[in-house]
Amino acid sequence: MRRIVIVGYGMAGARLADEVRRRDPGVHLTVVGAEPHAAYNRVLLSTVVAGSMTPESTRLHDDDWAERHDIDLRLGCGVEEIDRAARTVRLTSGEEVGYDALVLATGSTPWVPPAEGLLEDGALAPGVVAFRTLDDCAQIEAKAAKGMPVAVLGGGLLGIEAARGLAGRGCLVTVVHPVGHLMERQLDPGAGTVLARTLGRLGIEFRLNSLAAKYLPGDGLVLDDGSHVPAELVVVSAGVRAETSLAVAAGLTVDRGIVVDDALRTSDPRVHAIGDCAQHPGTVSGLVQPAWDQAAVLADRLTGADPAARYRGTSVVTRLKARDVDLAALGDVHTDVDCPDSEVLCFQEPSRGRYAKLVLRDDRVAGAIVLGAPDAAATITQLYDRGIPAPTDRLALLLGRALPAEAASPADLPSSAVICRCNTVSKGQIVSAWRAGAESLPQLAEATRATTGCGGCKDAVCGLLDWLGASQPQPA
Amino acid sequence: MSVIDGQVAPGPGGLCQKGWTAGELLRHPGRLTTPLLHGEPVSWDDALDFVAARIRSYEPDEVAVFGGGGLTNEKAYALGKFARVALKTSQIDYNGRFCMSSAAAAGNKAFGLDRGLPFPLTDLKTADAVLLAGSNPAETMPPFLRHLEGPRLIVIDPRRTPTAERATLHLQPAPGTDLALALGLLHTAVVEGLVDKEYIAERTTGFDDAWRVAAQWWPEQTERVTGVSAADQRAAVELLAGRSYILTGRGSEQHASGTDTVSAFINLALALGLPGREGSGYGCLTGQGNGQGGREHGQKADQLPGYRKIDDPAARRHVMDVWGVSELPGPGRSAYELLMADDVKAMLVFGSNPVVSAPRAAGVADRFKALDLLVVADFVLSETAAMADVVFPVTQWAEEDGTMTNLEGRVIRRRKALDPPPGVRSDLELLNGLATRLGVPAGFPVVPREVFEELRRASAGGLADYSGITYDRLDAERLHWPVPSTGHPGTPRLFLDRFAHADGLARFVPVDHRGPAEPPDAEFPLQATTGRVLQHYQSGAQTRRIGELMKAVPEMYVEMHPDTAARAGLEAGSLAHVVSRRGRVTAAVRCVPSMRADAVFLPFHFPGDGRANLLTNPALDPTSRMPEFKVCAVRLERA
Repeated sequence: MRRIVIVGYGMAGARLADEVRRRDPGVHLTVVGAEPHAAYNRVLLSTVVAGSMTPESTRLHDDDWAERHDIDLRLGCGVEEIDRAARTVRLTSGEEVGYDALVLATGSTPWVPPAEGLLEDGALAPGVVAFRTLDDCAQIEAKAAKGMPVAVLGGGLLGIEAARGLAGRGCLVTVVHPVGHLMERQLDPGAGTVLARTLGRLGIEFRLNSLAAKYLPGDGLVLDDGSHVPAELVVVSAGVRAETSLAVAAGLTVDRGIVVDDALRTSDPRVHAIGDCAQHPGTVSGLVQPAWDQAAVLADRLTGADPAARYRGTSVVTRLKARDVDLAALGDVHTDVDCPDSEVLCFQEPSRGRYAKLVLRDDRVAGAIVLGAPDAAATITQLYDRGIPAPTDRLALLLGRALPAEAASPADLPSSAVICRCNTVSKGQIVSAWRAGAESLPQLAEATRATTGCGGCKDAVCGLLDWLGASQPQPA
Repeated sequence: MSVIDGQVAPGPGGLCQKGWTAGELLRHPGRLTTPLLHGEPVSWDDALDFVAARIRSYEPDEVAVFGGGGLTNEKAYALGKFARVALKTSQIDYNGRFCMSSAAAAGNKAFGLDRGLPFPLTDLKTADAVLLAGSNPAETMPPFLRHLEGPRLIVIDPRRTPTAERATLHLQPAPGTDLALALGLLHTAVVEGLVDKEYIAERTTGFDDAWRVAAQWWPEQTERVTGVSAADQRAAVELLAGRSYILTGRGSEQHASGTDTVSAFINLALALGLPGREGSGYGCLTGQGNGQGGREHGQKADQLPGYRKIDDPAARRHVMDVWGVSELPGPGRSAYELLMADDVKAMLVFGSNPVVSAPRAAGVADRFKALDLLVVADFVLSETAAMADVVFPVTQWAEEDGTMTNLEGRVIRRRKALDPPPGVRSDLELLNGLATRLGVPAGFPVVPREVFEELRRASAGGLADYSGITYDRLDAERLHWPVPSTGHPGTPRLFLDRFAHADGLARFVPVDHRGPAEPPDAEFPLQATTGRVLQHYQSGAQTRRIGELMKAVPEMYVEMHPDTAARAGLEAGSLAHVVSRRGRVTAAVRCVPSMRADAVFLPFHFPGDGRANLLTNPALDPTSRMPEFKVCAVRLERA
């Protein structure tokens, strides 16, 4: 029987195991997970920090998942070494497990900025927590109290989600960010500024263009300009690094991550990599969608369900998950409005937290930032994902849901306008019936059947009656 | 509704134009009044003799019966019995498979019982909010909207329909993504703390498994797939928390994943604690005239009367005893599979027009041409009847007694108001005549009340138990099934104490989004969705014969966004070809600015090269065998 070994039981590894089992109930499947509990949905951790979801409800699998699906699951277990020649992995328990196909889904680890005191003996100092695992969340939950000053290191997507969650819990949050505007990977400076203003109204403070220089336990951070940020808790969310140590030790080609081709093969064709630890030209790390797409492709290949399956990259849409802040960013957002090769629209209303930028090429959405306009975000994302040509009315697209037209006055309706849809009764028929003597609602209903179906046109018919009454010559 | 001097008068609920004009067909010049044999008028005896002789020359399973959800309970019951007792065939199914089957399957899974609305329709008035998932009653049954005047309305529909225009909140998902949206709404309900944990613990089972799937559909993820904004998902769930109802229609059901889609909406309803409580609930809006009753009494391939399962030994024994037979065929094939089965030599069609209404309709028409024998009972020469070897002219609604079961499971008397024209007989008389000639002279009464008396006994003890219902009681009472004895008051509200599974608990069913069976691609970049317009009914065989309705909506059309039209070189009023992998439809272009730019809409009531079902995809739901009517990939061409 073919043996597949998956190293890593995070979102990528768990998804791959599910996808493989769905396609092939027979193949021998081993999953090795370093954390002691079932896989969980990392995307939802900010929701846990915000207090609207329990850690338990983020779990991807039940306790009996492995048993039900006949999977050899090793929890709280790492891989010491890969022996590519013998096609075995040696576990931290000392056991050796053979494979026909090996998948590395080892994810990534938080990057800790080089500020003095954040690390003690290679581990985070007391009072410093990463924002990466369920255990991290449990620590944050346990420590964060109402009114407590908290510093978040990093103003990227996850840092802002954590900051918003903590502010929602009543913490006094300061975000320290080394660049001049927030989420610089996804936003242009204008959007970053509006975002900071919106978050500021929710109680979050920012120290932009600032690096943490020193951590003072129980007191806070000293920044590179010598200023001080009070913090009884420091949450580190300054980016991640692909976890590649096993791959490096095994002699696989590694750049920023483990290099894979469109078949998700590493430099050893029996070894594959997916998710955050993998480096594929078509995607960026740190997001779940590429990992899920890769899991589907790799499952197709490993089970033979579709030997021709290839991963061609994932188009990324960044969507901030933070209560009362609606932000989507996608594609190329760094093109200026005066760029001659593109059609670029930009709308700014910082006082109401709105910013929208749309970059179009060949009539298609090439990039967009939409902040504070949820309907526009949803629509523009669909156009981008599906390659649908943008509507000719660009302005309506940029601003989101088209405003409802003012209800037309009965006088302005054409005679052919259908008033009662149930019975196809036009304004003209109602006017004729009125002129023929049907001057009340029941009489009109009798004469034309208007209002006798769903009744939804009653207001419109009453409006017509009023208008007809008012247009009648008054007796002298 | 009643008929006075051939004119229709409305009941208290109101009528739409279809209702007002229905009387026109009673004396329509196109009304069939004589049997046709190969297009020539013949006597009833000659037609019956011909058909019976031909049937006798086939093996039982080479003869198939295709029924309709518009037939009365008596006729639906008699048809199922006729197939299994007189023809001895297992090959019977009906057009309700195209309509109700996904909701029925999901209802049975969740509650152990399928009754469209497990509560009286009038309960809706008292609700805070009603969610309509894929239903457009402002066009399909306008009087129903009178029950929705109080609650705030949330409508899920890819199109801005007249119903959506009346909604407090219109969620406009991409075609074929309703299931993802339902998962997203469940996720949001959990995150917003709106689930009823006590109810989940006491009255349901399986929440954790359903949640494991829904956990992967956080609002922003759902938004990306469906196009419904995360903010609108939150708004919808907030509206629904409280006294509310979730109702599904064909829009969520007519998909290759229709059963799962309905399950996902039921999961949402269960998580919010709606079903089985007075003042809230889940229901499905039945489509055809007798959509509910038509699926309870045995014209479905897998069913026996009383909503019994045909593969249940106890159910078989009970029905065999009532029918006085010692054997019964087993389950047959589902509607589309039956229509396309090349081992079927003779097909008997009652109350249906599959050449227009079945998916991939051109294939069905080809298959019908290849049959040895096609027999159609109808009152007008429908497109299917026009192909038939033998056509029997039968009675219609105002000319016959009987019962119907409406969407709330209430059994309603239909009273004969007029004598049929000379030459026209009822379906019951037709079945009796055929059965007699096939050597089964007893057991097929022609009087509806006698059939109903037998239906009462056959349904006794089943899920849909009619044994306590009599014509006399129906004259005086409003009776919702089950009515297990003549002293029983009926069951307007089901599940108040327990659900119908053995343990009394409702089941969450873990389901995941799969997307349309035929995603758009470079060759067919648009998605077509099909549906109804107010003025027409089903295949249009009836309503296209009524002048007033044809004046209002005379010809096949296709709705699209003005940009979509312009990009295809089309404009409002011009003729377009809508092309899919299965066929080509010719339709007049209507520009509708509220349409998605990647979707077009086609009504399915028109014949010939205007048949929307020339395009539709016969991908079947694995559980309900419902075809994917609601979404297929197409492109536009100038005609």
